[in-house]
Amino acid sequence: MFSWELLGDAIVLGVLVGCFYAAVSIGLSISFGLLDVPNVAHPALLVLASYGAWLLGDFDIDPIVAGLLLMPPFFVLGVVLYRTYHETFEKRGSDAGVRGLAFFFGIAFIIEVGIIMAFGVDQRTVQAIYIGKSVEVLDIRIPMRMVVAFAMALLLTLALTLYLSRTFLGRAIRAVAQDEAALRLMGADPIAIKQWAFGIATAVVALAGALLIIVQPVEPTLDRAYIGRTFCVVVMAGLGSMSGTLLAGIILGVAETIVLTLFGASWAPAISFTLLLIVLGVRPQGLFGR
Amino acid sequence: MSQALLQVDGVSKRFGGFTALDGVSVDIRPGERFGLIGPNGSGKTTLINCISGVLSSDLGAIRFDGQDITRLPAYKRTRRGIARSFQVPRPFRSMTVLENLLVAIDFAVIGHGLSTRQADAEVYAILDKIGLADKAHVSSSQLSQVELRKMELARAMAARPKLLISDEAMAGLAGAEVDEVLDVLLKLNAEGITVIMIEHIMQAVMRFSERVMCLDAGRVICEGTPQQVMADKRVQEAYLGT
Amino acid sequence: MGGVGRHLGFWIGAAAFVALAFAMALTVRNEYAFFAGFVVLQFIVLATAWNILGGYAGYVNFGTSAFFGIGVYTAVFLLKAVAAPLWIQIGVAALVGAALGLGVGLLTLRLRGIFFSIATVAITIIAETLITNWKFVGGATGVQLLRPPVTEPFDSYIKMLFVIAAVMVVIAVALARYVQNSGLGRGLRAIRDDEIAAECSGVPTLNLKLVACALSGALMCAAGAPSAMYLQFADPVSAFNLNYSVSALAMSLIGGTSHWIGPVLGAILLATTQQLLTVTISSEVNVLVLGVMLVLFVVAAPEGIIGLARRLWRWARRRTS
Repeated sequence: MFSWELLGDAIVLGVLVGCFYAAVSIGLSISFGLLDVPNVAHPALLVLASYGAWLLGDFDIDPIVAGLLLMPPFFVLGVVLYRTYHETFEKRGSDAGVRGLAFFFGIAFIIEVGIIMAFGVDQRTVQAIYIGKSVEVLDIRIPMRMVVAFAMALLLTLALTLYLSRTFLGRAIRAVAQDEAALRLMGADPIAIKQWAFGIATAVVALAGALLIIVQPVEPTLDRAYIGRTFCVVVMAGLGSMSGTLLAGIILGVAETIVLTLFGASWAPAISFTLLLIVLGVRPQGLFGR
Repeated sequence: MSQALLQVDGVSKRFGGFTALDGVSVDIRPGERFGLIGPNGSGKTTLINCISGVLSSDLGAIRFDGQDITRLPAYKRTRRGIARSFQVPRPFRSMTVLENLLVAIDFAVIGHGLSTRQADAEVYAILDKIGLADKAHVSSSQLSQVELRKMELARAMAARPKLLISDEAMAGLAGAEVDEVLDVLLKLNAEGITVIMIEHIMQAVMRFSERVMCLDAGRVICEGTPQQVMADKRVQEAYLGT
Repeated sequence: MGGVGRHLGFWIGAAAFVALAFAMALTVRNEYAFFAGFVVLQFIVLATAWNILGGYAGYVNFGTSAFFGIGVYTAVFLLKAVAAPLWIQIGVAALVGAALGLGVGLLTLRLRGIFFSIATVAITIIAETLITNWKFVGGATGVQLLRPPVTEPFDSYIKMLFVIAAVMVVIAVALARYVQNSGLGRGLRAIRDDEIAAECSGVPTLNLKLVACALSGALMCAAGAPSAMYLQFADPVSAFNLNYSVSALAMSLIGGTSHWIGPVLGAILLATTQQLLTVTISSEVNVLVLGVMLVLFVVAAPEGIIGLARRLWRWARRRTS
């Protein structure tokens, strides 16, 4: 049943969910948007991080702390992934597209099946004091977990935006996206910078994965839904735009919650993908892109 | 008889907030050797991308051989007679030199009903002229820099162009190699093909061109004989200044 | 270079292959052989279809399962709505697949390759969601299907499906072979190597990609259609299973994408292993093996089995001379 009140609730919740979507997409915004690496394994890494947070939960570690703890190993994982990608595909030049994509697709698939074999197909959740409670804002009941995810998402986006615009390495990362050759002329090593950036992007995924398991129960094949969400956000944002990522996340979040309230949950998986197709068809450079 | 082969009329191109071309106009006469110069980022490559159809211009019109081609896709322009080489060579790496040229013959030269044997013969004739005949069956991924440059020109020739655009075909080549490529271009022009040459090596442009145009920041700043352009204050400033 | 002889050789081989399948169907008793054989043949069609766009033109399709699933449901719909015979189901599925391929292609083939890949994932999920919400074809719970009586001279429906799949393999491979050897094939290769250079050499890149995408989609959908009758059941989760996407892609890349024989070899090898692993160990292990093989091959043997065979051949010749 339609009602304005429900719609209002949906929009408020949508904004919260949207910021969370921005947080899980921002790693991809760096790896694919800025570095042009066809990282279709991003959502699988996200779910992997969620399982990491779930495992650490057994030792009474708060999921957000777990996410932070997972950042260094994920950084290393990202460096190794990029190094392999670069040595085997990027450097050889020709045909990097097809096999590079297949490589990341294969990695995603291995992660997914690996999780199934190790932990089964059951849904997993974590415990924390802010999970299960809720707060009331303007007569709308908002789950506490969403508020935590929302706050963390904003912090993460802000931190990355500052990192990319204010620090030397951050600027170098943006420069490498613009003009690799020019950077090489300036005496910097573009490959080392890209490797560092991919490490950062993957480390961010670790924290985002922790947020994911705070927001919803995870299962091994959850990455498929997030292929749509993360790529939708990154493409809609305009490749590599951090502030655009936040706005695009919110648009997706609001669209999803509205459709959910009006038509029911069985339509949910298709929304992000439909939005993605529309953006690709109408404005492939993204809403906020160049 | 002086009707232009190519008429570029007020072409502009913007990338986001950056204006790469700002109302560029130029006429190229049939059979002419035309040089296009300008500092890095002045819009030379953008201009020929607009002419060859790799990019579509935002404003302005382009006419070729008396017909408006402003909105035509690149492959149709190639079929009408505009062929080009690329600043960074773009060979079809999985193919031999012969096959690279056959792509152009297969797809650009349509309506002539060439048999396989005729096509092969034409390819060998072009390779002979350009001095690559002995490399016909070598994979294009194994060519040296100068051979790649020549193969690009040969591939462009296989499309039977009226206008050939050479985008820095001599960049990164040594002295003797520059002369080799220059000779090839002169030979092609002698056969009646109009040539636009973009070049950084000033000596080569000046030796080659009958007429030269200089771009700076997306605008034409000077056009004339090589001597006139070299003597122009604005050209000297564009190259030396800032 | 013996062109006529090679053509003749191919068609004699194809005819012999179908004749063998037919003879097996009439003589072999054990139904399980046909159950497994059908799946292997189906994967040959899927991998061959994938390779037309993915291998020749270099556009990676992650949505094999979308086309396959839509093929399955085209058959289900026709069966439920008008009780259409099997060959109509397959034919219509091919048309639907071609139209879908054209649509997805028009939407994304102007963009860089990865956008096409992501769009194909999108099509998979959207199609699955639509079917899940479509009650007429069974919705989320799926639908039981009754096989019509088997046509003479076959004594079981599975054997008939097996022979039909064999015919589809011949059609798919012949089509892929034709594309590869024609001007279209050379154009697609040029696109894969360098799209801008191709366009500037007169190749109508978008048109060729659309043709390849439509052909590939038609074959994939057609491959899905008989699957409904094979399982006598259809549900969205298995019809749109991502495994089809990974398998078709992996089989092509592992076999080698430069020649039509590559996907055929890859499919025979991997689908047979899959059948064995699923029976002897577990379906998870089988899927894991697939993923690991895919990554190993793209990293270490970029030309696939074909490339390895060529290298071995050269090495052997050098040894003997």
